[in-house]
Amino acid sequence: MSRAPGERAQARAAWVFLAPALLLITTFFFLPVVTGLALSLTDFDLYSIGHPDNIRMVGTANYRALAQAPMFWSALKNTLYFAFVGAPLSVLAALAAALLVNSRLTKWKGFFRTAYFAPFVTTLVAVAIVWKYLYHPRFGLLDAALGAAGVHAIDWLGNPMWAMPAIIVVAVWRSFGYNMLIFIAGLQRIPHELREAAELDGAGLWARLRHVTLPQLTPTFVFVGVITAIGFFQLFAEPYVMTGGGPLNSTLSMVLYMYQEGFRWWRLGSAASIAFVLFALVLVVTILQLLWRREET
Amino acid sequence: MAVRIAPIAMIFTACNARAPTDGVVIDFWGMGREGEVAQQMMPEFEAEHPGVHVHVQQIPWTAAHEKLLTAYVGHVSPDVAQLGNTWVPEYVALGAIVPLDSLIKRTPSITANDYFEGIWATNVLGDTVFGIPWYVDTRLLFYRKDLLAQAGFPAPPTTWAQWIAALKAIKSRDEPGQYPIYIPTNEWPPPTILALESGSPILKDGGRYGAFDDSAFKTAFHFYLSLFQNGLAPKLGINEVGNIYQEFERGTYAMWITGPWNIGEFRRRTPADFQDKWATAPMPGPTGAASGVSLAGGSSLVIYKASRHPREAWELIEYLSRPEQQLRFYDLTGDLPARIETWRDTSLANDPAAHAFEEQLHRVVPTPQVPEWELIATRIFDYGEEAIRGGVPADTALARLDTEVNNILERRRWLLDRPHRHEGR
Repeated sequence: MSRAPGERAQARAAWVFLAPALLLITTFFFLPVVTGLALSLTDFDLYSIGHPDNIRMVGTANYRALAQAPMFWSALKNTLYFAFVGAPLSVLAALAAALLVNSRLTKWKGFFRTAYFAPFVTTLVAVAIVWKYLYHPRFGLLDAALGAAGVHAIDWLGNPMWAMPAIIVVAVWRSFGYNMLIFIAGLQRIPHELREAAELDGAGLWARLRHVTLPQLTPTFVFVGVITAIGFFQLFAEPYVMTGGGPLNSTLSMVLYMYQEGFRWWRLGSAASIAFVLFALVLVVTILQLLWRREET
Repeated sequence: MAVRIAPIAMIFTACNARAPTDGVVIDFWGMGREGEVAQQMMPEFEAEHPGVHVHVQQIPWTAAHEKLLTAYVGHVSPDVAQLGNTWVPEYVALGAIVPLDSLIKRTPSITANDYFEGIWATNVLGDTVFGIPWYVDTRLLFYRKDLLAQAGFPAPPTTWAQWIAALKAIKSRDEPGQYPIYIPTNEWPPPTILALESGSPILKDGGRYGAFDDSAFKTAFHFYLSLFQNGLAPKLGINEVGNIYQEFERGTYAMWITGPWNIGEFRRRTPADFQDKWATAPMPGPTGAASGVSLAGGSSLVIYKASRHPREAWELIEYLSRPEQQLRFYDLTGDLPARIETWRDTSLANDPAAHAFEEQLHRVVPTPQVPEWELIATRIFDYGEEAIRGGVPADTALARLDTEVNNILERRRWLLDRPHRHEGR
């Protein structure tokens, strides 16, 4: 079964070409991940900086401590709430926008595409600050509009019930433009003949959407769903800038909790364990999504 | 690691120092407004010390703790820094800052007696001094003189019993939406102050265990909760009140536990004819004025171990500690001076709002001097908020708080009880 010498030379060339990329990925991705996993099994903290002999291997103690920490459970609950409400909303908004922008009846397609995409390329922190003003209970545009409609002002970011929905709106608004572009690409990939054939068979707008457009978009859905879910599980900048995780920890996300543990309290062992719980969560959700899609197709 | 990082560190310091290459450059990190003002105070110091240039780096308060830690880990620490005095134990445990005793001994202009006792104590770990107080901060009562008088209390309360009586008397006159006192539910100082007043050490056994389940803390916690449960204080966090100054002026609240920066804010943000309606008073204590203690807050100046110019760094601290510079700093920032002598100056002695602070500063107590304190402090209000707004029974909340703090302190116990220990103390 020995390979021809030419083939072996080719394989060697392939390795040479791959080596720089592999080296970089190993150094900057795999090594940190492995180190992070090791770190999550230690109690590395403030006392360990400069005194390596103060580091203890603690096994799963960090994970067990997380299970007992009420803050962790609120962070988990908030993240799931955010991801399971926000991500589908973002995908739906993107799909709707893509259908509208891609419609034959729409004029100035380029303008709308750019306008909807603009939030995605705007600096997240700047966006969050502007939205913070929009939500302001006294000077904000949103409450001014509600006031004009006779609705009482709501302190969006100060109220534990409303803070997370307010953040979801910001995140959906910011992220749907990117998904929209991908959906547009997916829509443009659908052969014209399919739609024409359906039209000739007497299929209406809804029937065409259900039986032609959406099934054809399945691969796009898988991609968009996975990418969006992963992005939404990593919620950080919005609560960091807008609420600091409050009020009553109602917008504390897993990543924000990890940041606080790691860089505010310098409990790196504990922070690393949060990172791996988040990793496991994202992995499970992604696998479920892929399985679900595979069954559908 | 150090070998690899050192050249990078040198590049960074080189970039920071836009100053003359000959002579000594001192990096000084100040926070927020203090950092800004420190900049203005440097020309005089530099004129006095030819060849020394101070490079002031201003860092925002909200990011200060993270920045100082990452700077230490990344070997780019400053020479001198302003440190919140509750952070001192943390940087001592890290081994980041140097003991100052020998320097103090050589400097007649700086002695412990020049400073408020409780404030100085926050810088002492064991018997070693690690920081020199720069300015001080504490919490006490801001109150509406007129509303209190109308309710039948011409003088501010000095005992808890009087305090409650006054609050109830004001409550009976309040309209809906008005409250006798505002205590933000998401701040740790109020419950902590009440605990210190009732004699709780907060942590016990050399900072090995929480003392939250003990009777002193329980008494204070029940008192704290009763203010909310009896409708004397609104169940609102600090970010849930739009404009507290306006609310105070309207009479929405008649009292507020807060800090010295609000003297300036009240004068700036409320109209001139309101100025004779508010005043400050020291914290009432459970058994009278003497037990009315409060927090020994503020910032200290420290020297980093990595500093290559400790002599000049100390000269800078000595300069900033002079009474005339302390006074100038007070004029520029409104931060209260740490040196007792400075308080005799007319600008402070004739200020009625500052007077209560002076009295309070003689009765301040440090919070537990453990590196974990900041984390523990946030837990105190977390569980307080749970009891106030989450409906968790007081004793359950305290038991949970105690358990969590004991978990946080497990690491500390292990280090303290280990035969060879590396931690500061």
